[in-house]
Amino acid sequence: MIPELGHFALTLALSLAVCQGILPLVGAHRGDAALMGVARPAATGQLVFVAIAFACLATAFLTDDFSVLYVARNSQLALPDIYKFSAIWGAHEGSLLLWTLILSIWTVAVARFSRELAEPFVARVLAVLGLLSCGFLLFMLLTSNPFERLFPAPSDGADLNPLLQDPGLAYHPPVLYTGYVGFAVAFAFAVAAMISGDLDKAWARWTRPWTTWAWVFLTVGIALGSWWAYYELGWGGWWAWDPVENASFMPWLVGTALIHSLAVTERRGLFKSWTLLLAIAAFSLSLLGTFFVRSGILVSVHAFATDPARGRFILMFLAVVIGSALGLYAWRAHTLDSPAGFRPLSRETFLLLNNVLLVIAAALVLLGTLAPLGVEWVTGEKISVGPPWFDVAFSLPMIPLMFLLGAGMHAAWRYQPAPGLGRLLKWPALVALVAGIAVPALFYGWAGSLVAVGGIAAFWIMAVSLVQPLRSWRRAPGTPGMSRAVAGMSIAHFGVGMFVLGVTVVSAFSVEQDLKLAPGESVEAAGYTFHLRGFQNVTGPNYRALEAEVEIRRDGRHVATVRPQERTYLVQQNPMTEAGIDPGWNRDLFIALGQPLGGDTWSVRVQYRPLIRFIWFGAVVMAIGGIVAASDRRYRLTAPARERQPVAAEKPA
Amino acid sequence: MTRVLVCLVALLPAAAFAIDGERLDDPELQARYERIITEVRCLQCLNQSIKDSDAFLASDLRREIRRLLTEGKSDEEIYDFVATRYGEFALYRPRFSGKTLLLWAGPLLLFVVGAFVAFRIVRGRMSLPIEDP
Amino acid sequence: MKLRFLAPVLVFAVLVPLLIFGLSRNPAELPSPYIGKPAPVFTLPDLEDPSRTVSSDDYAGRYALVNVWATWCTGCREEHGFLLTLAERGEVPIYGLNWRDDGAAARRWLAELGDPYVATGFDPDGRVGIDWGVYGAPETFLIGPDGTVLHRHVSPLTEAVWQRDFVPLIAQEGR
Repeated sequence: MIPELGHFALTLALSLAVCQGILPLVGAHRGDAALMGVARPAATGQLVFVAIAFACLATAFLTDDFSVLYVARNSQLALPDIYKFSAIWGAHEGSLLLWTLILSIWTVAVARFSRELAEPFVARVLAVLGLLSCGFLLFMLLTSNPFERLFPAPSDGADLNPLLQDPGLAYHPPVLYTGYVGFAVAFAFAVAAMISGDLDKAWARWTRPWTTWAWVFLTVGIALGSWWAYYELGWGGWWAWDPVENASFMPWLVGTALIHSLAVTERRGLFKSWTLLLAIAAFSLSLLGTFFVRSGILVSVHAFATDPARGRFILMFLAVVIGSALGLYAWRAHTLDSPAGFRPLSRETFLLLNNVLLVIAAALVLLGTLAPLGVEWVTGEKISVGPPWFDVAFSLPMIPLMFLLGAGMHAAWRYQPAPGLGRLLKWPALVALVAGIAVPALFYGWAGSLVAVGGIAAFWIMAVSLVQPLRSWRRAPGTPGMSRAVAGMSIAHFGVGMFVLGVTVVSAFSVEQDLKLAPGESVEAAGYTFHLRGFQNVTGPNYRALEAEVEIRRDGRHVATVRPQERTYLVQQNPMTEAGIDPGWNRDLFIALGQPLGGDTWSVRVQYRPLIRFIWFGAVVMAIGGIVAASDRRYRLTAPARERQPVAAEKPA
Repeated sequence: MTRVLVCLVALLPAAAFAIDGERLDDPELQARYERIITEVRCLQCLNQSIKDSDAFLASDLRREIRRLLTEGKSDEEIYDFVATRYGEFALYRPRFSGKTLLLWAGPLLLFVVGAFVAFRIVRGRMSLPIEDP
Repeated sequence: MKLRFLAPVLVFAVLVPLLIFGLSRNPAELPSPYIGKPAPVFTLPDLEDPSRTVSSDDYAGRYALVNVWATWCTGCREEHGFLLTLAERGEVPIYGLNWRDDGAAARRWLAELGDPYVATGFDPDGRVGIDWGVYGAPETFLIGPDGTVLHRHVSPLTEAVWQRDFVPLIAQEGR
């Protein structure tokens, strides 16, 4: 009964989404307040029904209702409750429901926090979000119904994929999806602006916090995914340029560009059409990512079970959504030019370069991801494009970006006299040169000029990010400190510096050894001694495991004891490696069991990963910067009508 | 075809992974070995290098690569060995050819276009008034 | 309408057919690089009688099938019945390549299920498998009289596949 209720709730949500998608658009076009007024209640109602559907699926999982096909495939009696709950989004159908739920939540948030915006504009934004929601609900109801029944019901389920039986599944997808879907808001703002032809600085000020919040979630979501893959997949990699990883990274790159271009649009009313294009692109790339993940056109380690019928549906949806948005753009964007100027040395120029480089980076990731498909299309031959290509291609735009960033942060709008900027950046530059070369060299040894470039870039970014906070701290009493926007920018960029330092050090100085080890034996790696004490059998709720006890010592002193496991899950009978990790702020020690080599001897992989935590900490610091910036006063102030200049005044006659 | 996948997946322990514990005596060869195995794709798996995969095909290939290295083969000869048997698909670093021209020229091309666009925009804007209208 | 505003939609218009193409193909299916090229040569001990050898010379000058199989491979069990039928029809001699397997288990398999092979080479360490570019059993190669690889089929062989992909490649005089 409950699954049918869920299915019915989805149908009702769809009918509300249709109302929300069409009536307010008509209303905004005709100036009919009653029709525009449909948008908010429809959005709320839709959220209620999608939430009911979600609760029904959750109930089915928690009560082990294996008469529901999706539950039977992705759960099992002995599965711990936390995994039963997160199994809701452990495969395609349920994750689509989560996606739709998050879209409804964003929509209601927009409806709730948009009281100060002009009614026709809000009506259009909510209508666009309603139309997107229609697409996802239809997708679910037509091709991927999570409530499909299974007769006869099996007595037990097939279990959740052991790789997913981890807290990572509980937090990574919801956060990541919140980021992906959040770009739908910027997309809807952009489409609404193109329909109305109304794009002023207030538009940018409204779009900015929404975009920043989406970006914050996406940043944390990607970092969580990277961390999860690092400890769960067992080989200690944190990024592999896998198609699914790239699918999340492209919207991030474009979203980052969007945040910066919105700054120019808000401040100067410039780059309007470019900002619109980025807002469309960020969400389009999120959709494209969904397509990659769920259609199975690219082979990935993180793949969902795939089905071409679903692929066709998403592709159609994608073509309609992106095609019509870009068509609208081609038709309307040229009306948005502004006559404002800036000098070659100015904040605007730096932000322009930032945008060009970030978009090049995103385009390269797309090129590398789709190249195998393109080559096969043209020549019929299959190729692979992997990390060796991506590492080189991606660093080309990134290295100049890292250096320009530092100067751009401190350049004045409109016109920046060169000597002033030089004086300001002299000290950070010196610090960066000395620390960037000396710190890695002293702690880890000299490892070539590329590492020096990475080190200098990292310290340069961190140093310039401290300039404004230091000034604010040492300011004369009574003068205003820096705004949250500036604080957020400084924090976020400091996070970029930490990230760059982490990536540089971990790629250059990791130690990784594959060895044979028997109980009582020790191995040395990177100055640490790994002593295998012995093995014992342990039993988990739904798995058996062989657990090794490894003591790590340094200079004879105890550092940590880690317990890597080789697990066998009882239902699917797959062996799974659980690495033993001793984390630390400045290094991780990582030991994983490989295969038994006869007797008690095992092959093991021992890794020393210096500063790897800086990669994820850096991302978290970036996100914190985003939150601080998004909480700036000017976004919390209501926008009085006088600030909303009619766009006609800005348009050239 | 789904059957093949089932067959493949049936052989694939999900996340156990490849560790031979085999090392080459010469540290220079060992370093080359460690790099080469990250650049060869395991065909029995979903997008993993033979270094990170525990499929037996990956371990067979690693063994062959160790053998070729001790026989004094160059990196290029080893990549050739792999590509002759498994096709260019097995190499993560696509080799430069007519087919991959756009892939390798892409970064440079995008750079030139980007620089040109940025230059045009800055030049167009530098003569406009900097005060807000 | 200026080109720079039209460009994004044009780029997208190129992307869509590429993605449609992506849906039409199977990403897991790999073409053999040997198609149209000489098949690799091999000499392996015979599975049934290790004192004898099986080699690629055994089928020189004739059409032949080389079938890669193993006892751990469920697809191999699936196609075994068809291989027996095919062997009975005698259209093309079938040579087995027992890949990465346990010899005793493989002999038991043939004793229990029947032996469709003229001879089976025993390749426990997968070296010949690598030479042939084998990546998942079962795989079936069609070798022409001149020793070139005419076709490779990955996944269980069936009558339908046989009629569709193999028969047209075998010239009449080859039978």
